[in-house]
Amino acid sequence: MPTATYADTAVPVDDEGFFTDPGRWSEPMAEQIAHEQGITELTDRHWTVIRFMREQYAAKGTGPTVRVLGKTSGVSVKELYQLFPKGPAKTAAKIAGIPKPRGCI
Amino acid sequence: MAATATIEKVSIIVSKGSLEGIYPALIMANGARAEGIEADLFFTFFGLDAITKKRWEHIKLATVGNPGLHLPTLLGGLPGVPDLVTRYMERKMETLDIPPIPEFIEMIADTGAGIYACKASVDLFELDKDDLVEQVQGIITVGEFYEHAAGGQIIYT
Repeated sequence: MPTATYADTAVPVDDEGFFTDPGRWSEPMAEQIAHEQGITELTDRHWTVIRFMREQYAAKGTGPTVRVLGKTSGVSVKELYQLFPKGPAKTAAKIAGIPKPRGCI
Repeated sequence: MAATATIEKVSIIVSKGSLEGIYPALIMANGARAEGIEADLFFTFFGLDAITKKRWEHIKLATVGNPGLHLPTLLGGLPGVPDLVTRYMERKMETLDIPPIPEFIEMIADTGAGIYACKASVDLFELDKDDLVEQVQGIITVGEFYEHAAGGQIIYT
């Protein structure tokens, strides 16, 4: 299994770079992962989404869909796409250190 | 997954006005945006129902002449059956987090996808801009559609 190094720590990731062990993630890693995703700076609004992703994963074992994010995270679908133009659910999951959400919606 | 070729843009044509004609297109457009793929939806012919104010809340599943439903044709034609089967399907979809059509179209517009109506169809059904939902960005000709679609994939559902 491949590894990636964030905040001077090697962590196991899948072939697409998603964390396979969310327990190995720490907040200082987020900025570096975000840069790799083309996001230059994580704002408070990004962090609202990132923390929500972690909470949802802890509670449900999977990352939320964009629809759920838009309804319950406090960040609208429109803003989600402004914050994460390459796809909010997937990009935020990667930055939040949780596995890739799987779903058609 | 192959990293060598990626799809960067899709244009999806919706020509049918039934539940099973509209949802696959909406799911594919929304899914494209979720992957960071640029997406446009073009509603033509009966597909226009999905973006027509009077109709978008009343889209039904085809219960007659739909072999996929495995329901005898005569039964599918009985009064009330299309509504019943449609409601059953909608409830099942809700459990899978698939939104009702009006909410889905609003959400897709919010993802930054384009929503367009076909001019020939709008003329055919004697509609105008005010009959269409506010998310519609324009009534465009076939030629304009091809201009929009240039450089991407075209999907006909």
